[in-house]
Amino acid sequence: MSQYEAVIGLEVHVQIRTQSKMFTRVGTGYGHPENTLTDPVVLALPGTLPVLNKAALDAIIKTGLMLGCEIASVCKWDRKNYFYPDSPKNYQITQFDQPICIGGGVEIELPGSARNVMGEHKIIPLTRIHLEEDVGKLNHGSHESLVDYNRAGTPLMEIVTDPALESADEAYAFLTAIRAAIVQGGISDCDMEKGQLRCDANISIRPVGTTELGTKVELKNLNSISYVRDGIAHEIKRQLSLTASGGEIVQETRDYDGTTGASQSLRSKEMAHDYRYFPDPDLMPVEVDETWKNRIEATCPEMPFDRQRRFFETYELPYTITSVLVWDRPLAEYFEETVKLAGVARAQLVGNWIVNDLLREVGAAKIDLADSKIRPAHIAELVELIETGTLLNNAAREVFADMFQSGEMPGAIVKSKGLAAEPTDTAELEQWCRDSIATNDKAKAEFQGGKGSAINAFKGPVMKASRGKANPKLVDETLRRLLAES
Amino acid sequence: MADELYFQTIASLAERLGAKGLSSVELTKAVIARTQAVESQICAFNSFDVDDALAQAATSDARREAGEVLGPLDGIPVGLKDVIAVENQPLTASSKMLADFVSPYDATVTQNLKKAGAVLWGRLNLDEFAMGSSTENSATKKTTNPWDRTCVPGGSSGGSAAAVSAGQAIASLGSDTGGSIRQPAAFCGVVGMKPTYGLVSRYGLIAFASSLDQIGPFAHTVEDAAIMLQSIAGHDVKDSTSYRADIPDYRAELSQRKGPWKLGIPKEYFGEGLDPEVNAAVEKAIAYYREQGCEIKEVSMPHTKYCLDAYYVIATAEASSNLSRYDGIRYGHRSKDAKDVEDLYFKSRGEGFGEEVKRRIMLGTYVLSSGYYDAYYLRAQKVRTLIRQDFLKAYEEVDALITPTSPTPAFKLGAKADPLALYLCDIYTIGANLAGLPGISLPCGFASSGLPIGLQLIGQPFEEANLLSIAHSYEQAHEWRNAHPQI
Repeated sequence: MSQYEAVIGLEVHVQIRTQSKMFTRVGTGYGHPENTLTDPVVLALPGTLPVLNKAALDAIIKTGLMLGCEIASVCKWDRKNYFYPDSPKNYQITQFDQPICIGGGVEIELPGSARNVMGEHKIIPLTRIHLEEDVGKLNHGSHESLVDYNRAGTPLMEIVTDPALESADEAYAFLTAIRAAIVQGGISDCDMEKGQLRCDANISIRPVGTTELGTKVELKNLNSISYVRDGIAHEIKRQLSLTASGGEIVQETRDYDGTTGASQSLRSKEMAHDYRYFPDPDLMPVEVDETWKNRIEATCPEMPFDRQRRFFETYELPYTITSVLVWDRPLAEYFEETVKLAGVARAQLVGNWIVNDLLREVGAAKIDLADSKIRPAHIAELVELIETGTLLNNAAREVFADMFQSGEMPGAIVKSKGLAAEPTDTAELEQWCRDSIATNDKAKAEFQGGKGSAINAFKGPVMKASRGKANPKLVDETLRRLLAES
Repeated sequence: MADELYFQTIASLAERLGAKGLSSVELTKAVIARTQAVESQICAFNSFDVDDALAQAATSDARREAGEVLGPLDGIPVGLKDVIAVENQPLTASSKMLADFVSPYDATVTQNLKKAGAVLWGRLNLDEFAMGSSTENSATKKTTNPWDRTCVPGGSSGGSAAAVSAGQAIASLGSDTGGSIRQPAAFCGVVGMKPTYGLVSRYGLIAFASSLDQIGPFAHTVEDAAIMLQSIAGHDVKDSTSYRADIPDYRAELSQRKGPWKLGIPKEYFGEGLDPEVNAAVEKAIAYYREQGCEIKEVSMPHTKYCLDAYYVIATAEASSNLSRYDGIRYGHRSKDAKDVEDLYFKSRGEGFGEEVKRRIMLGTYVLSSGYYDAYYLRAQKVRTLIRQDFLKAYEEVDALITPTSPTPAFKLGAKADPLALYLCDIYTIGANLAGLPGISLPCGFASSGLPIGLQLIGQPFEEANLLSIAHSYEQAHEWRNAHPQI
């Protein structure tokens, strides 16, 4: 039997965070009492007309520019006609044949061989991104169904990839990357539990080496990024085993249940709609000129992987630190602000304190980074005190815990608590260093043979002799001087 | 009888109200009394609210007493076609579908009329959802022609035309998608005007065909139509198709613009099917303009023969989508014996819509269907562009076009049972809708049957001031405006 490969295309719906709805002034939101975010336009009362909320268009143009899409010069609106109670007009205003964003791509990182090893990077090409309005929500009871139009008319962008993903892991990486980009662009919070990001997947398999697409199955209701990965993996397995047993894959829509890990058919192709698309005569096409695009472009943030590459280059940070920093824009900005104060030479130390200590404290206290009393200036000063030998490691941890609670500057804490390292008796230190060198000929030979890192072998005994109080910088200098002399 | 208050013009009534020889309450009472006296014969109203109208009139009088007058419409009873939303008033579109619907909001034109101090009076009958040319498609009642109660008032704004003609309102608003203001104005012997598409906000107008619909006035005179237009024209943020045009003082312009104008006679509008008496009346009007020194030019509009076809594709396509919202879920008629959602749609819409509305929804659904879109809708849009180009080419040579409004005077109730025969009533008016141009119909004589004949002038985009002036010139030189029906 020949080998098969999977071909996956994703359709991602993202609610755009705007103050008001896409075509009327009533507000948007989640968790409000039913049908309170409505007005005559949302309810499609007789005589009402849509008026475009420009903020929604700005947001999708920004998304498109961030993802390298071509932005159409004219934004045109179409009606998609179908009857369903969650759609108050029984047509949805959308973009059919002329999406506002064309092409582009999303850079993803596949899992590495280990947690601290960077994985392979890949660009997933996009087909299009278009703007449309969200529908309401049906709540089914045992004898009746109720409809809530709070969500109806919320601006929604639909991001469509080419059928270019090859695995469930790629889909997971894609959603992680696009969610980070959209959140960092301030376009949406992408909270899947609130339905702000929703994903459908089209999956087919084909013999390796062929180019024709197989019969596709659409997976719906994938309401977390992990469910997307698991659902796709499950569907690929289902199609492979069906094919292996001589069965035929039918074009259908399936519902994947993340809690049970099983899927079931929702509907087959025969029930496909004729949406009778046509240009919405209530809305004029909007011209998007260069000035408009340039204005939006100026607000686009750096993309996560671009930031990671810059962090590697500028700050020589290890992968493990950057892979934490770059997915969180406020955190990355916090880091760079601190480095600006502390100096690029101390970037690694700053990165360690932020990623290891600050994030741990912030996480334990269940607060946002923005609400932390420790600001970049605190960390910069702390690092300065450590590097100049005023503060030793154990004392630094105590200072850190204190400033997290009090917000006091580290210098002040050192002073009030008397945590400064004792002035070192250089003669005593020098003796400890001589003793250490004398007892380790192997390391001495290695160091003098050019292996710089061999110096570390002498430091342990010195620190031990000083009961951890020796100034590491001074120890290092003294060892180097003595090794050079001998 | 011509001295009766309810047959006076806005212009003259405004003067009398201003001179305090008349109160709005007196005027409104006279209009109410007239309405009640003749309504059983005319049947122009779907509903009216006497107490509400008198309260508005009293407010107007109090305002005037306090020295504040909002303009010439302050205190004047004005009727509204029952497709224009008025807060807390019924809004039925003459359909069973909306029989019990009360609008919670005002249309923009309604707000404008309120700002102008008008006394909003009554909800006027129409062909259901404005689909028709005789008002016989109303699910409510059949309005009659005040000049001959065995004839139709025209449509779809038949109630708006008949009410003004019969003295049941001093002026009114209608909507015009393919001639629905101009044709009933012609049939009922009043002035009716469809402004340039985009001049008047459509917010709060129940949509028939969004790219063609336009609200406009009915009045006894061109000057009154200018006063009405002044109050409703202008950009509206609630309507994306509303145009940011400078609005001149239409009434003042009437006496400023005196011609002579260059007028075009589109030869395609004077062909087969044109009633000889209508033709003769329009020829006489053309002769008047020629005598006034106007240059009269024959122009050709080669795509005129495609107007009706293009119109019925575009209008029904848009309507099929616009009317989707009437589903019985949120408001409107809801079938009592539906077993599931799909059944609810079928039964509610099946019971709520009349035959003509269903016919047009089906036609529109068909032309938008996958596989037919290019052949019908897309082609119709291309034809529409050609039709507009015909007009714009003509306007390189002339200021306006003169045509009959309708091929015939009003016909008998029930005479046109075949929908196609009825569609042909609109052949002279549809072009202005497809091209988005302003058109006006004004009386230009009577047929031997005693029924009025309408003259249509079609103007350049947003040149309403010119169009009104051209119409005003003819009207002032003739006495037709002083003729009123005997009821």
